[in-house]
Amino acid sequence: MTNQQARLSNIPDMPDEKGHFGIHGGRFIAETLMAPVEELRQAYDKMKTDPAFLAELAQDFADYVGRPSPIYLASRWSEQVGGANIYLKREDLNHTGAHKINNTIGQALLAKRMGKTRIIAETGAGQHGVASATVAARLGFECIVYMGEDDVKRQALNVYRMRLLGATVVPVTSGSKTLKDAMNEAMRDWVSNVDNTFYIIGTVAGPHPYPAMVRDFQSIIGREAKTQMLDKTGRLPDALVACVGGGSNAIGLFHPFIHDAGVAMYGVEGGGRGLETGQHAAPLCAGKPGVLHGNRTYLMEDEDGQIIETHSISAGLDYPGVGPEHAWLKDIGRANYVAINDDEALKAFHTLTKVEGIMPALESSHALAYAEKLAKELGKGKNILVNLSGRGDKDIHTVAELEGIQV
Amino acid sequence: MNRIAKTFNTLKTENKTALVSYITAGDPNPDVTVPLLHALAEAGSDVIELGVPFSDPMADGPVIQLACERALAHHVRLTDVIEMVRRFREKDQITPIILMGYLNPIEIMGYETFAKKASAAGVDGVLTVDMPPEEAEGVLPIYAENGLDPIFLVSPESTVERFKIISEHSKGFIYYVSLKGVTGVKAIDTVAVAEKMNELRQYTDLPIGVGFGINDAETAKAVAQVANAVVIGSAIVRRVEANQHDTHKLLTEVSDFLQGIRRAIDSI
Repeated sequence: MTNQQARLSNIPDMPDEKGHFGIHGGRFIAETLMAPVEELRQAYDKMKTDPAFLAELAQDFADYVGRPSPIYLASRWSEQVGGANIYLKREDLNHTGAHKINNTIGQALLAKRMGKTRIIAETGAGQHGVASATVAARLGFECIVYMGEDDVKRQALNVYRMRLLGATVVPVTSGSKTLKDAMNEAMRDWVSNVDNTFYIIGTVAGPHPYPAMVRDFQSIIGREAKTQMLDKTGRLPDALVACVGGGSNAIGLFHPFIHDAGVAMYGVEGGGRGLETGQHAAPLCAGKPGVLHGNRTYLMEDEDGQIIETHSISAGLDYPGVGPEHAWLKDIGRANYVAINDDEALKAFHTLTKVEGIMPALESSHALAYAEKLAKELGKGKNILVNLSGRGDKDIHTVAELEGIQV
Repeated sequence: MNRIAKTFNTLKTENKTALVSYITAGDPNPDVTVPLLHALAEAGSDVIELGVPFSDPMADGPVIQLACERALAHHVRLTDVIEMVRRFREKDQITPIILMGYLNPIEIMGYETFAKKASAAGVDGVLTVDMPPEEAEGVLPIYAENGLDPIFLVSPESTVERFKIISEHSKGFIYYVSLKGVTGVKAIDTVAVAEKMNELRQYTDLPIGVGFGINDAETAKAVAQVANAVVIGSAIVRRVEANQHDTHKLLTEVSDFLQGIRRAIDSI
């Protein structure tokens, strides 16, 4: 066994029983939320090994989401870059157009088994809101989606999409009127309606068990990818690349590879207008540990511990915190976290669209931009796997506006 | 014996229920806070909870959220809040002060630094809404060394097991949240509160305060019959908000309101 293999096999399974990932994670919530969070933990602990639940989930993944999502070798693009081969895990081909549905399906099935009839969700760009409204429509749940007032304006198409699906979209006017405030408001709703309500958190953050539970549902990405890469290339990839906002698509890809020697991991944060400007959404690259939304993790905060506003071209990365498992993977050095600026992501959006005929989400474009750099660095003969976490149709208006085009 | 214990002991011998009043520090502006603290004490508050503004007050309803926003617009920091307590103590050595808020500002300052500064300024207790006892192990010994009482919340949904854990870690008093939800939104069910008080008393000797949703003298009176303390928060902050541009009227209206509550509590 090499040193690296020995080190990797010693990485403990996380979280611990209190939901901690090293110093991160945990359950920093008001006592009023303790009972529903604990009820959820108990229900999830039971379901995660329940064969009937897992079979129902697998069936839905196959028939409703369209899994497994394929792996595609972007050969023309790889050739143009002139380095490593770049493979794409096509989560953009899932029903509703992103990885978010893997999690909402899982949590909605859990809600059904817990006898809940009303689901609530927070959303930034609207992808998680759409994925939640979708599963609510399918299972006949009432669905309330909290969305910052500013995001409601920026993402009008997704707001309409949610309303078509029967959901009520509530604009949140408090604080900075964005994703973090929508999450505060969803928590307030939950604590007021605990009896019939299930809160579907959209990322690997929040109080225990959310970070572990959402990771488990999203890990289907990494499990499939492992088998698919072995089938296609006969070995595991040399590097994984995924964008990190809250971090659910990245953890979904990374988690099954944590103990695999030789597989490097790169989480790509929203560098906004550049880390040096302070206008970004990169807590792992430029923040420090603190407590928000029920967990300890890296945060964007001022010197007095107030949470500060973030900036990213991509609404899905525009969040001041990050999942605690990423915070821990950073601390132990298992994964690397880097930032890609708005303009670099935008360039990658255009490149993939033109060279491969695949229009990526602006979130995923951050991962693509970093993969291009990494491919040159690693060189020919190496394989990089990028999580193409969502499709870019939702971003057409943003891109057009940046280029001064009226759509 | 610290100020909190002394206050509750005195009230017990007088057979009275405590009035605990909450305001957010720096709301509507930092100059009002120290005079308002004195007004609260003069109007009959036995204990004062001073809210530390936070950008993301998850457990609070719209009234206190807006109070936080007004204070943060003036860049009121945890250091400033501690300084306000120090200035209050120049004239008032008796009324206990509890800092109420969220963990992150304390965590950033550092537990040790915070505890020393707060204690030196005359803070008596700390209620950190998003820090349940399970996550408090690191900080409790530091509070103990510095004579700060950790106050924890109990909710209608808390199980007996949880209540035992909470009461083991609490000092000063225990804060019973009288309804499901966030601060200041609904009215409380006083019959249900009475039942819960009887249940909780089997497990603790600490005084129990009841808050969230007490908006008028009548409810305060009903709660005073079963609790050791009546906590009034959003109802005060609403009056601060309504008079934010007229400090004199603000102080008068809050005082009048609290004197009414005081009379109702004492009439039982």
